[in-house]
Amino acid sequence: MTLSTFSKRLTLALPLAVALLVGGSGCQPGETRVEAGNRAQELYVGIGAEPATLDPHLAVGVPEFKVLLALFEGLVKRDAKTLEIKPAVARSWEISEDATTYTFHFDPDARWSNGDRVTPEDFRFSIERILNANLGSSYAKMLFPLRKGEAYHRGEVEDFDEVGVRILDPYTLELTLEYPLAYFLDLLAHGAWYPVHPPTILAYGNDNPHDRLARWTRPGRLVGNGPFQLAEWRLNAALVVRPNPYFRAADQVRLNEIHFHPIQADAEERAFRNGFLHYTSTVPPHRVQWYQTNQPEDIRFDTYLGTYYFMFNTLTPGLEDPRVRRALSLSIDREAITRAILRGGQKPAYHFTPPDTAGYTSPSTVPHDPERARELLAEAGFPGGAGFPEIEFLYNTSDAHRSIALAVQQMWRRELGIDIRLYNVEWGVYLARRRNRDFEMMRAGWIGDYNDPSTFLDLFTAGSSNNFSGWSDDVYDEAIRASRRTLDPEQRAAYFARAEEILLREGPVIPVYFYVNSLLIDPAVGGHHPNVLDYHPYQHLYLRPPGGSGATP
Amino acid sequence: MLGFISRRLLQAIPTLFVIATLTFFLIRLAPGGPFDGEVEIPDEVRERIEAHYGLDRPIIVQYFSYLGNALRGNLGPSTLQVGWDVHELIAQGFPVSLELGLWAMVVAFAIGIPVGILAAVYRHRSYAHWLMGFAMIGVCLPSFVFGPLLLLVFSSYLGFFNPLGWEHASDRVLPALTLGMFFAAYIARLARSGMLEVLQQDYIRTARAKGLSERIIIIRHATRTALYPVVAFLGPAFAGVISGSFVVESIFFIPGLGTFFVNAALNRDYTLVLGTVLFYAVLILSLNLLADLIQAWLQPKTRDV
Repeated sequence: MTLSTFSKRLTLALPLAVALLVGGSGCQPGETRVEAGNRAQELYVGIGAEPATLDPHLAVGVPEFKVLLALFEGLVKRDAKTLEIKPAVARSWEISEDATTYTFHFDPDARWSNGDRVTPEDFRFSIERILNANLGSSYAKMLFPLRKGEAYHRGEVEDFDEVGVRILDPYTLELTLEYPLAYFLDLLAHGAWYPVHPPTILAYGNDNPHDRLARWTRPGRLVGNGPFQLAEWRLNAALVVRPNPYFRAADQVRLNEIHFHPIQADAEERAFRNGFLHYTSTVPPHRVQWYQTNQPEDIRFDTYLGTYYFMFNTLTPGLEDPRVRRALSLSIDREAITRAILRGGQKPAYHFTPPDTAGYTSPSTVPHDPERARELLAEAGFPGGAGFPEIEFLYNTSDAHRSIALAVQQMWRRELGIDIRLYNVEWGVYLARRRNRDFEMMRAGWIGDYNDPSTFLDLFTAGSSNNFSGWSDDVYDEAIRASRRTLDPEQRAAYFARAEEILLREGPVIPVYFYVNSLLIDPAVGGHHPNVLDYHPYQHLYLRPPGGSGATP
Repeated sequence: MLGFISRRLLQAIPTLFVIATLTFFLIRLAPGGPFDGEVEIPDEVRERIEAHYGLDRPIIVQYFSYLGNALRGNLGPSTLQVGWDVHELIAQGFPVSLELGLWAMVVAFAIGIPVGILAAVYRHRSYAHWLMGFAMIGVCLPSFVFGPLLLLVFSSYLGFFNPLGWEHASDRVLPALTLGMFFAAYIARLARSGMLEVLQQDYIRTARAKGLSERIIIIRHATRTALYPVVAFLGPAFAGVISGSFVVESIFFIPGLGTFFVNAALNRDYTLVLGTVLFYAVLILSLNLLADLIQAWLQPKTRDV
């Protein structure tokens, strides 16, 4: 019977080995990472994807700017609650009578993380750097309002001294604009306006300020002027920042450490549920209901400055007629989409610019009116959808896009007798086909870069590099141009309203819903106020320790 | 032996060349480019960026310059992770994938070999069928099902393990199980058929006739021969666990090379895709060579073939 004892030992040994492994894992039951973090003021944040860069002049995506907000600071910042413009590197400023000259007085306490003072020269260097086409910055356009800024970018002006940047004295910087711009200070709060530390850039870029490949954005090399400095960066795992001791308002900073984790949606939700993250970058749609039922205090839907829309290639046969496009728009039941499919507090979009964008809400709308839609379609020569060509609807891979496309396909079939063919492609293919205008109709989305209607309505001007619809309109373009020439809010709103009315009537796009920024957030996080720009400066965040009253302001 | 090794190394050169060439042109054929994004950039900016990476030159020039650089060990800069070189990214991701792979192999062998041998020795008992039934499930169950199942039970309900991450020693257990289970099942099947074959051999009958205990026969005489097919599978299996770990990496949020590779492919980071593919190719070729060497050592017959 030796054989069976041999096997018995083996069958016993296996579970034992597993048990040993499990038991020896060193897991501490009881306290989660978040709870430990609350005591130590260590914040754990999900940012959804790995930042592609920490160079503020090369950054494009949301994850990048979430991290950069900890590492850099511009001339001005926003109020964490109201988004009002507040002093930052510039302690104060004056605006000339004609609103084209801004004079900024520097805070003498503004310092880089190596102790150097942040000077107007640093800003001049940074502005030249991002405007110089050799760097190839995607956000150079944020500085085009500067006098000769765009011309310098295009190489039409060679001498940077002609650009509207002047150093008046070691503490004063003067910026001159091409034309008065109502939202110029708002632009200044954007990451493209962050300064970079010239000696660092030059040291790691072989003395070339425009070397994209300069390897300066590493721990130990990166010099920033924000409330935090880069401590660790393990790609695809964690990016850790710690307080910058030289920050001009270092006494405001309450967190001792922030860990940014590029975890994707489903894993991110699991990380939150298990006490690994204080807050997430998003909530997977299929988990929304679970949280609403079981942990409503942990889920939040913040209004967000963004629009989800469909875009037509208006040169497609059948879609060149504005009546057809309007009919397609009128027959969509947006309410059903937000209520039954998205379920995350999104608002149906009956116009393009999100409501109350810097005080502006479009007076014209596209209502849900299938009756009128059928009339328009008949007028255009397709009564009951008869003879209408089958349109291809392009979207990039995502469950949510797919569900919306299916719903809309169904609505158009039912209301108009029109059939569309859904066509799903991977992200890279989607972008390529969009750029080559190799589509008939596609889903799209736009998130405002700053808090002003122009960030949305500029999209559809004739020269816009993000207008893929093939549509343009002289009256529309003129209204947008006119809105730039005035500072009067009411007059601007009137110009925007005129433009938006044309946009909705001509229908190169179908607005579908306004984004919300849905997130899971631990109640211990303080100072994280909902706002439309998803802007949460880290020097104002803090963690309520366990057992604390929680009543901190 | 030396002749065998050098012959194999010479064979590797055209293989690598073909892989590099195919990958270079295939990734270029994919629609889109490394600088496409949600926010479209003006053409003049795109041209400047492409010039930074030499993408403005004719493709054939790019191809030969890439090959030249790669031969000198320079895999170029990543376009996805601005300011990082491809070799740095591989140096960050590979040790993680390697460790995950090693643990998965430990799991695969620790489970696969005993299960396979037991199933062969007790082939007439019912639990042997159960064992192999489980092995079949292991082969069939994809890791994106098995991983979350393990998480649900051992992390969410029992709280034994962290739900994700790669920081503590215990973080290795669930990913290694998930990744190793497929290979454990495969190894069990190989070990079982190897053992069954051996048990029919004359020398085993001789050993039994001599009155050796069954236990000695199995452990000392049969197992070594029975594991030849398992050893032959060693190379491909190890290559498999290292290069096939992406799904497990994404489930458990592990910063391995698989994550870099998939992100690179999705974002059309040409240099990172090429660099990773070449790196994997070299790795797999060497692992296969190593497996052949071990096999030759175990089984002298193949040495001079």
